[in-house]
Amino acid sequence: MMMNYFPDEVLEHVFNFLTSHKDRNAVSMVCKSWYRVERFSREKVFIGNCYAIDPERLISRFPRVRSLTLKGKPHFADFNLVPPDWGGFVYPWIEAMVKLGVHLEELRLKRMVVSDESLELLSRSFVSFKSLVLVSCEGFTTDGLAAIASNCRFLRELDLQENEIEDRRGHWLSCFPDSCTSLISLNFACLKGEVNLATLERLVARCHNLRSLRLNHVVPLDTLQKILGKAPQLVDLGAGAFVHDPDSETLNKLKNAIQKCTSIRSLSGFLEVAPCCLPAIYPMCLNLTSLNLSYAPGIHNNELIKLIRHCRKLQRLWILDVIGDKGLGVVASTCKELQELRVFPSDLYGVGNAAVTEEGLVAISAGCPKLNSVLYFCQQVTNAALITVAKNCPNFIRFRLCTLNPTIADPVTMQPLDEGFGAIVQSCKGLKRLSLSGLLTDQVFLYIGMYAEQLEMLSVAFAGGTDMGMLYVLNGCRKLKKLEIMDSPFGDVALLADIGKYETMRSLWMSSCEVTLGACKTIAKKMPRLNVEIIDEGDQMETSPDDRHRVEKMYLYRSLVGHRRDAPDFVRTL
Amino acid sequence: MSSEKPKVSPEFETSGMNLQETELTLGLPGESRTQKSGTKRGFSETVDLCPGSTSAGKEEQSENEISGTTKPPTAKEQKVGWPPVRAFRKNLMKNCKYVKVAVDGAPYLRKVDLEMYCSYQQLLGALEEMFTCFTIRDVLNERRLMDPLNGVEYVPTYEDKDGDWMLVGDVPWKMFVESCKRLRLMKYSEAIGFAPRTPPKCSSSGC
Repeated sequence: MMMNYFPDEVLEHVFNFLTSHKDRNAVSMVCKSWYRVERFSREKVFIGNCYAIDPERLISRFPRVRSLTLKGKPHFADFNLVPPDWGGFVYPWIEAMVKLGVHLEELRLKRMVVSDESLELLSRSFVSFKSLVLVSCEGFTTDGLAAIASNCRFLRELDLQENEIEDRRGHWLSCFPDSCTSLISLNFACLKGEVNLATLERLVARCHNLRSLRLNHVVPLDTLQKILGKAPQLVDLGAGAFVHDPDSETLNKLKNAIQKCTSIRSLSGFLEVAPCCLPAIYPMCLNLTSLNLSYAPGIHNNELIKLIRHCRKLQRLWILDVIGDKGLGVVASTCKELQELRVFPSDLYGVGNAAVTEEGLVAISAGCPKLNSVLYFCQQVTNAALITVAKNCPNFIRFRLCTLNPTIADPVTMQPLDEGFGAIVQSCKGLKRLSLSGLLTDQVFLYIGMYAEQLEMLSVAFAGGTDMGMLYVLNGCRKLKKLEIMDSPFGDVALLADIGKYETMRSLWMSSCEVTLGACKTIAKKMPRLNVEIIDEGDQMETSPDDRHRVEKMYLYRSLVGHRRDAPDFVRTL
Repeated sequence: MSSEKPKVSPEFETSGMNLQETELTLGLPGESRTQKSGTKRGFSETVDLCPGSTSAGKEEQSENEISGTTKPPTAKEQKVGWPPVRAFRKNLMKNCKYVKVAVDGAPYLRKVDLEMYCSYQQLLGALEEMFTCFTIRDVLNERRLMDPLNGVEYVPTYEDKDGDWMLVGDVPWKMFVESCKRLRLMKYSEAIGFAPRTPPKCSSSGC
């Protein structure tokens, strides 16, 4: 092999061009010398399950790691299926990196528990720390943010997305020293409390490289106007409150400031909004590639439509279902570059009706040839519609459809939706992620097993009829990494049919299914490199557990480091 | 707290009928069934059968109560984990309290988000802006809106959870926000039937 005669530096240089983890993992398996060169040159590490490995082992393999991405809780934790204190603590990771002298620059966490102590330790320990991204995390307060602001001298990015942050009203924003001019990205949209507006303005004014700024709901429109005046170079903006008297001087000033912000390509926020002020942003819409109005229930259907008519270059759109099928028709005729669409439900506390049906989705599929990623909450869907969508959009990478009634049949034919979803998997040969809903039998899983060759993640709820359903998927989907199932009649026969398969996957979640304790124990006994965890929320295991007992929640995942030592009482690792 | 509440028993989940609505509880007549908010034990979706709790997480259930006939979501839909929406997003939606505003004589209605205001004064100010022909007048500490063009005065009233039409301003602000279903600016001439008010309370309710 010619490559063996190249010095290590050349190999390293070549490997630098590999940006994806998968590619890097692949080259590391070629031979021992490639493994060695790769591991010493790896700077970015992605860990999809923080319990699959421990920090010491990770650092010993990749001593030069500078950027770490960690994911903690299982995905269904997003929907309240995992009790609090389940786990996913970042502190041990930070502690280990400090001890082992890692020069950490970036930390990206998803669904993890982050304490103020962690943030403080982080802020004091890594001199070149540049970037903190927290998504759906919890456990910290604004005191932790204050530590980051105070101590991270070269901070470029502080990105907080949908976290549960306790607000201690401690003026964390004021903790950025006057000497801090390095910020490129600041997102505090999820914070509930006040920020000092004058401090914010000064901070923005001195960070000349600021590209991305997302404000929370307390930042009023006149502050926004001043900020835009000081940061015309912004590329991504999240407006806070967008409420003002439409005829005021402030709004005029805002319009002028917006004229000068010619670089804005991404817009979000509008957490509070007076629709009469919206026309002020129309000039921005022309160049937008990404628009997220899913946090803005104050914008009504007709205003949404008026706005969208200006957005001809949109590639990504996240909205609420108030847009309606007709509005989606406007999207279809206006946004010809659209690649990703997410339509979220707005009426979660009323009667539970969605304002869109399959018609909107069909219109989008017909009008947007580049569409490859969809998340769609709707009232109903028909097989015919799904078949049409499949025909129109063979390029789906992600397709997630959620009917508000989880077992609704095709309203026209009263049939299950097997054929519709079957058409999707058959047509979309590159499909990597799929979420199902509606009335579904084992048949849909037969199709998935047969056709979904690239599928990596499958989410199932209230679907299937027998163990065959799950078996079709396990036998057919070679690239499956994550399987999560709730409220479906799959039991031990399916679970135990091919337990070796689970070592090729990141994780399996089953809740409210038919699996028994005995079957879970069998897996745990035979597969030492799988952790089988039972979540027991009180009344199940009071009497001595019978192996025939049905398990309410099971989470199993592969791990190189055995049982985790931080499991709470209600998690039993078999 | 949660241990006292009866769990939704399995037959509710499979029967397809919303039997919870017919179940006898200790609540007062007209009391709405509340939903627990944000409890992490997983029952945030199931209907809370405890009477009279006024936790901040009250949601509008009155449409379900009044009409047994229009099919409310089955108990299955109130299942934990469905619909699969992140708690963060759910909480965002919860914080909106949009109510319709009707003005006698106007051809169409508007909507306001009561959560956006802290006091009656702010709300009336917003209504004043929305229906720009009005100005607020304080008459004997009653708040009224007046159309200066024709001198017609309007009295703000609201429909509460029990379906009764009430004068705006009697109860503390937060209580008003929780119980108000919609607003109507009634012509004063029609409102004249209201009994004279008890001596006015000292201030507009603050947050």
